[in-house]
Amino acid sequence: MKEPSKQTVEVPVATGDEDRYRLRMGPQHPATHGVLRVDLELDGETIVACDPQVGYLHRGIEKLAENRTYAQTLILTDRLDYIAAMSNNCGFCVAVEKLLAITPPLRARYIRTIVNEMSRLASHLLWLATHALDIGAMTVFLYCFREREILLELFEELCGARLTFSYPRIGGVRQDVNAYFIDGLQRFIDIFPEKILEYETLIDTNRIWLKRTVGIGKVSREKALSLGLTGACLRASGVDYDVRKHQPYDAYDLVDFEVPIGQEGDSYARYRCRMEEMRQSVRILQQCIDQLPPGPIVGEDAPDLHMSQRIIPFREARVSAYGTGLIALSHKTKPTYPAGDIYVATEVPKGELGFYIISDGSPRAYRMHIRSPSFIHISALTALSEGGLVADLITNIGSVDVVLGESDR
Amino acid sequence: MEQRAIADTLKTQFSEEVVDIVEYQGQVGVLLRPDQIVPILRWLRDSADLRMDHLRALCGVDNSKRKTSYPERFEVVYQLYSTELRHEIRLRVLLPEKDPHVDSVVSLWSGANWLEREVFDMFGIRFNQHPNLKRVLLPDDWEGHPLRKEYPLKGRKEWQGLVELKERIQELDQHGFYPPPPVEAKKGGTAKKGAKNPVEPQKTVAQAAAGPASAGKEKTATVAAALPAGVNTGKTLRERDQA
Repeated sequence: MKEPSKQTVEVPVATGDEDRYRLRMGPQHPATHGVLRVDLELDGETIVACDPQVGYLHRGIEKLAENRTYAQTLILTDRLDYIAAMSNNCGFCVAVEKLLAITPPLRARYIRTIVNEMSRLASHLLWLATHALDIGAMTVFLYCFREREILLELFEELCGARLTFSYPRIGGVRQDVNAYFIDGLQRFIDIFPEKILEYETLIDTNRIWLKRTVGIGKVSREKALSLGLTGACLRASGVDYDVRKHQPYDAYDLVDFEVPIGQEGDSYARYRCRMEEMRQSVRILQQCIDQLPPGPIVGEDAPDLHMSQRIIPFREARVSAYGTGLIALSHKTKPTYPAGDIYVATEVPKGELGFYIISDGSPRAYRMHIRSPSFIHISALTALSEGGLVADLITNIGSVDVVLGESDR
Repeated sequence: MEQRAIADTLKTQFSEEVVDIVEYQGQVGVLLRPDQIVPILRWLRDSADLRMDHLRALCGVDNSKRKTSYPERFEVVYQLYSTELRHEIRLRVLLPEKDPHVDSVVSLWSGANWLEREVFDMFGIRFNQHPNLKRVLLPDDWEGHPLRKEYPLKGRKEWQGLVELKERIQELDQHGFYPPPPVEAKKGGTAKKGAKNPVEPQKTVAQAAAGPASAGKEKTATVAAALPAGVNTGKTLRERDQA
């Protein structure tokens, strides 16, 4: 047999110091929320060094995006944060619209805000369920999945998919909402605040929950900014930063909501922030349903799905070279997209999702960088966990809310 | 502050370093030389009227396939944002094709650690004074830097780790339910056919006499006899299942 490479079988060895040992947690550990591996060096039960390893789910989405048109890249964004795929779709569409100077109609912007907030609720519910399960609260897990199921059924009613939606389009959305969907959503909004109260009754003042979360994974305001934390993790440390308020997109400047800010910066503060965010999401959803304007759902200047042939210049060329079809054909593939670079951030459930797209005039991105919040949050695990206990690492992984599909891209 | 105004302030402060200022869709990018990047970023972060405390993104760009020519091949792009004053700016540091390297900004934002490792992983751009500069998304023994433009979409060859893993799986399969045929028997395909032919009439006789259940056993025995001694008879097991 060949000598195995270092990568495949590197067995932890004793370092000589008998009190310390190395532990490899994951990538199949149930509390790592995906294929995350954490290499630990332990002194008793105290973590001396914590080195997270990612890349198990790397699919090269940034490279693929350079070889596919914007419309084809949209389906790849589903595969980033598969728990809240709709938010990723919307974020990508907002970025490409800004790049290509396309304006979606108002109704589409409202619908996108609705699906965005629904996916925030779906993501937060899954986060709460798994986070609570890690800490030992089984009941919350079941309750959260009960409500998440309603949301997924609504998504199914809207676009036929439950996981990878690809529902928004560059310049609008794919199809209009129907009365059944709006009714179902209204029923959900009516019952959901009570359900939030139900979860809080179970764990908010639960002694085990408090002991496991209060003061665990504490990050100061300055440290949180330095680590690059965003979303609820940053707001729990007292920084007022929400992209929905700072740089509004879709219909967020037309609805009224508050951004919950924490102070302590520990796991409990992050939990409280997300619970309040769910209440605000319900508020946004209610306003969107009430204000939903009539009108078209796709902008007039939106590109078709076959983006390499934009109709307008082709027609112009045909008119100018009337009668000589060959010349018209040769004009067909002329680049008609603007060239430039743009960074557009959106607030997804996990934090700030940014797309840095460079266009050189072709229908493909010359370069697309995805600023994924999970990737940066995982890198922050080292700072959060070192000096703590192994059990607190489980709390921290759950509390920063990471998805490995988004982290590895 | 307006983005243009920030870029102009930057130009007056570090006039030697600024190569160009570009604007697109209201977003301003400042093209810079690499030498003074850490002082520039520190000034942007700490100066009282800018306070760019949030490093939004850090990524690499390969300019080699651009339609318009660019002064240098590589770029490292920094997106900065101020959470208090709510303004942003983009810095694009130009790096040469030969030995691209730039100073690390981990001392300013500890979150830049993995972002710089990713740029190193994908583009091969080195970051000086980085505490732990190694690959982050790809395995340590990966060859090449995938986001460089000359790197093919499908990759050049299989990763060595996967090749070894497949070999190992094949080796372990020998002890499984359906072990693959031994390599020696595969090579001598024609010889095996020749050996099988005389067995054929025997099998049909056995089938006619004893029915399908014992025919399987018979077949196992005959083929095992045709193969060299000590070779696993798993192939016939698979054949029996298919029949």
